[in-house]
Amino acid sequence: MHGLINRSIQNYFCANYGHALWSAVATRAGLGFTEFEAMLTYPDHVTPAVLDAVCTVLERPRAEVMEDVGTFLVAQPGYAAVRRLLRFGGVSFRDFLQSLDELPDRTRLALSELRLPRIELCEEPDGQYLLVCEAPLVGYGYLMMGVLRAMADDYGALVALEHCGRSEGIETLKIILIEADFSEGRSFELGARA
Amino acid sequence: MSGAIHDTEVLDRLCPMHLLLSSTGFIRHAGPTIQKLRPQSPLAGKLFLDTVTVKRPRTMRGMDDLRRASGMKLHLAFRDAPRTELKGLLVPLDDGRTIVNLSFGISIFDGVQDYALTNADFAATDLAIEMLYLMEAKSAAMEASRRLNLRLEEARIAAEEQAFTDLLTGLKNRRALNAVLERLIAAGEGFAVMHIDLDHFKAVNDSLGHAAGDHVLQVVARIMVQETRSSDMVVRLGGDEFTVVLPDVRSENVLEQIGQRIIDRLEEPIHFKGEVCKVSASIGTVWVQRGDTPSRDGVLANADTALYASKHAGRARHTFYSPTLQGGAGFDPTASD
Repeated sequence: MHGLINRSIQNYFCANYGHALWSAVATRAGLGFTEFEAMLTYPDHVTPAVLDAVCTVLERPRAEVMEDVGTFLVAQPGYAAVRRLLRFGGVSFRDFLQSLDELPDRTRLALSELRLPRIELCEEPDGQYLLVCEAPLVGYGYLMMGVLRAMADDYGALVALEHCGRSEGIETLKIILIEADFSEGRSFELGARA
Repeated sequence: MSGAIHDTEVLDRLCPMHLLLSSTGFIRHAGPTIQKLRPQSPLAGKLFLDTVTVKRPRTMRGMDDLRRASGMKLHLAFRDAPRTELKGLLVPLDDGRTIVNLSFGISIFDGVQDYALTNADFAATDLAIEMLYLMEAKSAAMEASRRLNLRLEEARIAAEEQAFTDLLTGLKNRRALNAVLERLIAAGEGFAVMHIDLDHFKAVNDSLGHAAGDHVLQVVARIMVQETRSSDMVVRLGGDEFTVVLPDVRSENVLEQIGQRIIDRLEEPIHFKGEVCKVSASIGTVWVQRGDTPSRDGVLANADTALYASKHAGRARHTFYSPTLQGGAGFDPTASD
């Protein structure tokens, strides 16, 4: 798995629970080191081991942790890059939802080694959407839920999100767009330096 | 051109940076995004060539020249600040009017900053947004890579500082020598230290170059390893200075034999790219007896004293340290090799 993903989990953890406790996670996960390098690749089994360790150390369920990581990626000051790159996807939140299918390809354009799971947006009647996420990592749907929640806030949209469960490696989210222009949202200028 | 293209609403959506010019070169209509570049003054009503200057091709004098340049890539720039550069493509219509479509080209990044543009200012088919996305994503990735490289470089320097190996010869280095001497002295064991200085090495380096010099040092290192015992440690101190640490020495005779073998082997010609390099060696040896408690620096200084005595006595020699050498007859620490 790409180091960026592992490093994001580490950054999330350290920002919220401190570096000392992270050492406990690293030990429990059997890493043999404490610092993930964002630009290196690690064996696939490392990420689930780290997530299991995080959940054990924090005594929190995987779903909750994953959603927190997703929110952290977008909303944490100092990680503006992710939020900005996602905002390139569309002018409005609705537009942004329509760009989600492209997300793995967009990501690969930036970092050719970073392969994100496929996601597909299905439009339902009456302003509802289903987001079908391939989830090789258990809880990836929850991570996307955290990302969507933070992005909705960023666009100023009011949404209701619901995780519809996991089957055969697929996790599905239900997205109800209640109000597209609920609040001001954050401005996004193309040329602002992140 | 067909009539439909005159519909400015269509053009505004397809090409939000277009200008529609009258036959006399006045701007009749400006697309919403190009107008956003001059928010204080409406572009419509101004003369096109008063608003922008044509930088390439250089020969454009007036509207007639421009109309003939139909289909060519134009390099334009605003005449007033910010003098944003634009690419332009011009198409004359049948009725004498002209459509100029504009884009930022390579100045896109400055453009979106100067004018605070958003996604909505570009047509959905325009690749500008993708290009900006890519630039930002790649810059972030490059920055992360740069930081990784810095960390790796720091780690490499740190590892090198902690290393016990001389990179050129693969022998041990001064750090390793110090560590081993400290250990032997602390254990109170007997051992010998042999300082070996190459003779005539500077001449090889000066006349045949550094590559020849490096080759000689590598050959010399190999010979020293071959001519010492497996329990001995050969060290390159730097330059053409070597040291051998010999634990478990039973007699001076053993040291004499090893020293002589090293000198004999080093005097064999060394070949490098058709040239012959000839060196020799001067050796100074200290034999520390079991139970002695010398200091590390004292041992090394005594080995130096013996080495200088060898050099002074005419090189290619092996001298054993004795207190009588200290400042003794003819000892000249300034003697060069």
